[in-house]
Amino acid sequence: MATLNLSAVRKLYPNGAEAVKGLTFDIADGQLCVLVGPSGCGKSTLLRMIAGLESVTEGEVRIDGARVNDIGPAERDIAMVFQNYALYPHMKVYDNMAYGLRNRGMGKGEIDTRVREAAARLELAHLLDRKPSELSGGQRQRVAMGRAIVRDPKVFLFDEPLSNLDAKLRGQMRVEIKNLQRSLGVTSVYVTHDQLEAMTLADVLVVMNAGEIEQIGAPLDVYEAPASTFVASFIGAPSMNLLPLASGAFAGVRGVPANAVTIGFRPEDAEVIVAAGASTSDLTLDAIVEAVEPVGAESFIYARAGGDRIILRVAGRTQAAPDDAWVIRVPAHKIHAFGTDGRRLQERM
Amino acid sequence: MARPRVTFPNRILPYLLLAPQVAITLVFFYWPASQALYTSTLREDAFGLAQEFVGLDNFRRVLGDPNYINSLQVTGIFSVFTVAVALGLGLLFAVMAEKLVRGRGFVRTLMIWPYAVAPAIAGMLWLFMFNPAMGSFAYMARTAGYNWDPLLNGSQAMILVIAAAAWKQISYNFLFFVAGLQAIPKSLIEAAAIDGAGETKRFWTIIFPLLAPTTFFLLVVNTVYAFFDTFGIIHAVTGGGPGKATETLVYKVYNDGFVNLNFGQSAAQSVILMVIVIALTAIQFRYVERKVHYG
Repeated sequence: MATLNLSAVRKLYPNGAEAVKGLTFDIADGQLCVLVGPSGCGKSTLLRMIAGLESVTEGEVRIDGARVNDIGPAERDIAMVFQNYALYPHMKVYDNMAYGLRNRGMGKGEIDTRVREAAARLELAHLLDRKPSELSGGQRQRVAMGRAIVRDPKVFLFDEPLSNLDAKLRGQMRVEIKNLQRSLGVTSVYVTHDQLEAMTLADVLVVMNAGEIEQIGAPLDVYEAPASTFVASFIGAPSMNLLPLASGAFAGVRGVPANAVTIGFRPEDAEVIVAAGASTSDLTLDAIVEAVEPVGAESFIYARAGGDRIILRVAGRTQAAPDDAWVIRVPAHKIHAFGTDGRRLQERM
Repeated sequence: MARPRVTFPNRILPYLLLAPQVAITLVFFYWPASQALYTSTLREDAFGLAQEFVGLDNFRRVLGDPNYINSLQVTGIFSVFTVAVALGLGLLFAVMAEKLVRGRGFVRTLMIWPYAVAPAIAGMLWLFMFNPAMGSFAYMARTAGYNWDPLLNGSQAMILVIAAAAWKQISYNFLFFVAGLQAIPKSLIEAAAIDGAGETKRFWTIIFPLLAPTTFFLLVVNTVYAFFDTFGIIHAVTGGGPGKATETLVYKVYNDGFVNLNFGQSAAQSVILMVIVIALTAIQFRYVERKVHYG
């Protein structure tokens, strides 16, 4: 049980690349914090600095209030699940899980109890005598989790742990990780580039881009009020429609500040109306349907509005067919406005 | 799962493609080996004018010769130490070279050079350095009060040939160990560090076991090297002496056959040597390989 505090943490590589540009945030005890961003945004570097695998150039990392900058990964009392699981291939599952305990000089009986307890919790009990090469991807993932939980550490660190699994297994393991983390109540940091994983797992979502934090917040708050065009396009699938405001073209739409240069709306927030005649306070667009993707519970409509491509999400089936000319209406309160620097102009909705 | 079968449009082509390798093996292995086998059953008179078939008599004489037993012991000691030193130092240097931040490529290149030196030249280098009459290291040893004279002292001669033979093989082992170390995923080492294993512990519990396939391969190659390819070094450095202190089996084969012209017994020795190496390799594969984990 621990808190994790980062203050002005910076990572500068010898070649001059600044991977992490002075980040400050806190993670409360027992929370699952997800660092999400495109590859190269510094999220993995940040995680590795928390783990002690990378040195901290400037700033401070505190675990449970104690500064850990200068102590090795072993003494930080953390456990990490790696993207490739990093299981020791020459050891049986049992020994993989017991390795960290043995290194800490724990008694044989205690080790056995802990390993068997963790194995039972992860449904690995029947696999303890196998080598990692004899396990499926999902089972290896569980062993990696098991190796982390037997240690009963202060902090769990996850480095894209699900990216090597197929889509179905990934969904399943996502739920298991969430349940496990909740029931153990261990403070966790989880790195992913998958926005769906980020949305579903996080208590706190940290969206990163180019070594900086774009936004921190609860997942749905981030979704409903993205702080920048980057967050708007990164969180949510399909991503938010962002339209450049050509000199006053959409002026007069209620709620859009005068200095907005980009407006956006979520694919599910648009209504399709056949005839004109919408209220003037809403945003209306003339759109030509380009393609329709019915996926069952919902349909995606790809359309062109003026010079911009937009995507709409409608429930169930749709009447839309390619080349249809439709009018799209977006309610004023569903419109997001962004300034010249790409930052959000409105207050939270 | 059935592997797709490669079919050649021409029936003769595959045999033609195999022919060079088969020809080389026939000419340079099977033919001499069968000649040795045949010669080992013959005895020649002192003038080389007549040969008679003596069956296994040559083998009986060789195995009853105390000089041959001595040569077996010499070979045993020489091989064990050469292999141990070459493997140990090769691994040590590989691990240390991997830790370098700067100049890693440069060090690697330098480390590989000794392998390009011919055995006889390598022997001469060591001889020049440690020859009691003119060697600079021999001079230093004597100045320091150490009675260094490999020309008279059999143990010192043995140390010298082992050092020269191992030195030449370190490069080869270094190269394979470097490749082996690079094949170990970095995340395994990091996971072990998080699991609380210090550097030494990480090496013996993670890195060394994962290098086992490389180590095993090198063990086999180095054993064969110590048995056969060190002839040039011994010939250049000690010539098997002093006395017969550094006369290994392969050197005795040469000495008895080409110097003393006792073809029958020399051939018998090479047949025994062949059997020993085949047996040694078989034992290594049978017992040592079981402990090897292939990732």
